[in-house]
Amino acid sequence: MAQTGHLTGVPAPAAGPWLSPVTRLRVAILLTLLVTWEAVAASGILLREVVPSVVVIGRSLAELLFHPDLKWPVDIGMGGLRFAQQLWVPAFYWHLYVTVMEVATALVIGGFAGLAVGLALGANPFLSKAFERYLYYLGPTPKIVFFPVMIMWFGVGPESKIAMGTLSCFFPIVLSAASGMRQIEGVLIRVGRSFRLNTWQMVTKIYLPAMREPIVNGVRLGMGVAMIGTLLAETKLSNKGVGFMIIDAYNTFDMPRMYAVLLTLFVVAIGANALVGRASRG
Amino acid sequence: MSARALMKRPAAPFVFGVACLLALIALIEVLIRAGLINPFIVPKPTEILWSFERIILEENVLPRFLLTCGEALAATLMLSVTGISLGVLLHRSRLVRLATETWIAALASAPLVLMYPLFLVIFGRSAWTIIMIAFVAALPPVILKTLEGLSGTRAVLINVGRSFKLTPSQLYWKILFPSALPTIFVGVRLGMIFALINIVGVEFLINFGGLGQLVNELSERYDLPGTYAAICFVILVSVMFFIGTERIERWLRPGT
Repeated sequence: MAQTGHLTGVPAPAAGPWLSPVTRLRVAILLTLLVTWEAVAASGILLREVVPSVVVIGRSLAELLFHPDLKWPVDIGMGGLRFAQQLWVPAFYWHLYVTVMEVATALVIGGFAGLAVGLALGANPFLSKAFERYLYYLGPTPKIVFFPVMIMWFGVGPESKIAMGTLSCFFPIVLSAASGMRQIEGVLIRVGRSFRLNTWQMVTKIYLPAMREPIVNGVRLGMGVAMIGTLLAETKLSNKGVGFMIIDAYNTFDMPRMYAVLLTLFVVAIGANALVGRASRG
Repeated sequence: MSARALMKRPAAPFVFGVACLLALIALIEVLIRAGLINPFIVPKPTEILWSFERIILEENVLPRFLLTCGEALAATLMLSVTGISLGVLLHRSRLVRLATETWIAALASAPLVLMYPLFLVIFGRSAWTIIMIAFVAALPPVILKTLEGLSGTRAVLINVGRSFKLTPSQLYWKILFPSALPTIFVGVRLGMIFALINIVGVEFLINFGGLGQLVNELSERYDLPGTYAAICFVILVSVMFFIGTERIERWLRPGT
């Protein structure tokens, strides 16, 4: 970038007294998009139900996030104190909770399995040459086609969605862990051996700390695909979760609600990805 | 020859890997025959093997395969034209790049394929829905890799171009673009893989089109050996696609 930046002939944007040129351009892009959307919605070129006004989408978003329409039993016990109540909350949060729990469980199972297999493959060149090619080739296959099998194995409940998420996130994590293990500096391993560390100590004191960045990157990739796997499975066959909300809005042709759910989901997904990314740097 | 010497042969890991895979398949067959695995949940591997012929002859696998490939090709063409053009635009205008690069990177991490019900409403239950969702979901990596390739051009090459008094257009076509081509291809390859994943996925979800629909139809008919065979076929196609594009990439980037 630095090498060819002078080719563009555009001076580096300096921070102005109020808004920098970058911020101004961003605001201009957003405003243009909003105005174009609103113009298309008002003109009726496309069906008004398909491209509703921004105001309608905003109202739907507010209803999605703030209108309490579900009784959620909460039971928290701490020491001698116990809080058991039924709280009215927006149904979206319950569906989000279901999806987040499915993705988190998938990430824990797929993450640990991927890490264990990745460490074994990274530590043993023979095993790596024997099996890594299969993982490498299976990684980019569309996992959603395994969903019928997962339903047969785990049923139609959250378990099959967790299995889809696990299957999706296993491959990026195992490949990142194996590659990270191979990149560990030999001197660190020799130091560990000179201290006569056992296998468990080598893993916890040498391998894992030295592999933090590739592992976190693998988890970041794995989280993204686990989310996609789980949500797509929810859209195919489920009665709860954010994926179900999207397909339910489609089935009832409630487009503003679908836009609202998609927008919120994208914000959550991008935010989660950025958080894990920050963890890898910091 | 001792076992240790055999293990040291270059082909030993490959043979060991294949042998383990075959042993696993044989073990599953034995466990199903012994009644330890329910055959109504996991069909016998031999049954899956025999059903390959059936799905190829009776389920029109070839036309379905060609349909999926056609959709992938259409999405790839759209991806290449739009993604590379946007990458060039971002490279040419630093301000636009600074304003939008983080947005594009954020979009790359968003589950855009979840928008398929929206595309169903806009394009109907047709191949266009599948192509468009693949296009949208796979666009960010092509833009970002094009930008990376163009930005990574070595300064010495640009200076050589300048010393020959090349015009900005000549500089682009003679220096920047050829230098960035291998990285741009990595982006197009990533885009193609994402597009294929999304195409088969959406075909499965909306029960329309090629190989994805085949898996869905067979599973809805509770044809278990057929479903497993169709899944194996999808895996086979993905692996061939992956290896093919990888070979092209190696040819473009010798030494990587």
